[in-house]
Amino acid sequence: MRFVDEFRDPQLAKTLLEQLHQRAGLLPYTADKPLQIMEVCGGHTHAIFKFGLDKLLPPQLEFIHGPGCPVCVLPMGRIDACCEIAAHPEVIFCTFGDALRVPGQHGSLAQARERGADIRVVYSPLDGLRLARENPARQVVFFALGFETTQPVTAVTLQQARRERLTNFSIFCQHISLMPTLRSLLSQDDVRIDAFLAPGHVSMITGAAPYHFINQEFGKPLVISGFEPLDMLQSVLMLVKQVGEASCKTENQYRRVVPEQGNLLAQKAMREVFTLSGSSEWRGLGMIERSGISLTSAYAMFDVERRFSPQAQPVADDPRSRCGEVLTGRCKPHQCPLFGTGCTPHNAFGALMVSSEGACAAWYQYRHQEATIASQPQHKQQQKVSQDE
Amino acid sequence: MCIGIPGQIFALHAKQADHAWAEVCGLRREVNIALVCEDEPEALVGCWVLIHVGFALSRLDEREARQTLAALHAMGELETDVALFLRGGEER
Ligand code: SF4
Repeated sequence: MRFVDEFRDPQLAKTLLEQLHQRAGLLPYTADKPLQIMEVCGGHTHAIFKFGLDKLLPPQLEFIHGPGCPVCVLPMGRIDACCEIAAHPEVIFCTFGDALRVPGQHGSLAQARERGADIRVVYSPLDGLRLARENPARQVVFFALGFETTQPVTAVTLQQARRERLTNFSIFCQHISLMPTLRSLLSQDDVRIDAFLAPGHVSMITGAAPYHFINQEFGKPLVISGFEPLDMLQSVLMLVKQVGEASCKTENQYRRVVPEQGNLLAQKAMREVFTLSGSSEWRGLGMIERSGISLTSAYAMFDVERRFSPQAQPVADDPRSRCGEVLTGRCKPHQCPLFGTGCTPHNAFGALMVSSEGACAAWYQYRHQEATIASQPQHKQQQKVSQDE
Repeated sequence: MCIGIPGQIFALHAKQADHAWAEVCGLRREVNIALVCEDEPEALVGCWVLIHVGFALSRLDEREARQTLAALHAMGELETDVALFLRGGEER
């Protein structure tokens, strides 16, 4: 376990935390009006709760759990469209497991499967291609979901389908682009975000350049961060240093995985297959301009919406749920009136409770643990990182 | 759904271009290498890559790959889709 120790070394964590506390104390932020750091990625949210990182931070710093999990921002109407497509008798509908339990207005894909639809959980879009080859009399539809991390994967899958001239394979495209969402967040008046932890794996594809507008136009510092506790503490320290020095850059803490330029082959495949296409609806956030992704004309034959024209089904979010406010840092999960009652991981109302990377699910799962930590004396809190394995 | 898992490429696929065999947590798995193959695919043999939904998405250096892997194991909670990857498919 030597390798793990390097990432979770309590001594290293302690040193980092001491530096953090020291530097944060010099900033003009207080416990009442903390520096708000949005971690955009659901993987980060999960790690923050799992390791109690928010409890280790100095009181002048606060994490805001952002919209960085593609399942969490999936609008109800799109799930309804999935169920409609899957209900065609000739269709084999393939999805990543994460999307199976997301509620639509007329239930989830799991419930549609119980009603008889042929819905299969796949690990990769390539599994969908294989199913299409093996079932020439069926129409195989892959639910293509995700940010820039999964887009190139769908792109390469479609390039292969095109080479093979497969006519019974198509995708339901729910790819979305992260940068317009960050822009939209920053453009809202009552959202206060002071700095960003950017998602490591989206960045591995896009590189650092697409984040520059956050520094240049909005004056916010950003650090691309890995997922280990020490990665995240180091990234927060980098942000605090930037704030202290009144500088505002995109920095890359996760160099071991994220090249400065991103993955050029992936960017090329994405350009060939996808195009930005007007606005797209996000659950809890509404319509976001220029965040939608659709197929270029060369790949339009793989668009299931051309084959089956599912009805557009805009569904208003339930007025009681506060998913959108949680996603934008306006409230904490437990402040939602449905939290823990109408909405639990076993019977989720909002998608933030379905995905293990969702802020509400993380809060639900670790709340008890957090309460315990909160009652521990300070020196014990600092050992939390190493205790948690 | 966005966390990848490190694996080491040990052979190219005999029949399918763009595919290779990787060893991931002691299991042999087929991965698509189109997104990390800049020149000759042979050059990838022995390399560590980060694998996400069946695709190698980034090259890693070996030390870093082993660290990430150990860390993932220690978390004891591979994501469902990663678990599916490790469980599913036949071993060849
Ligand atoms: S508790 Fe449920 S309904 Fe409320 S914000 Fe979270 S996911 Fe949405």
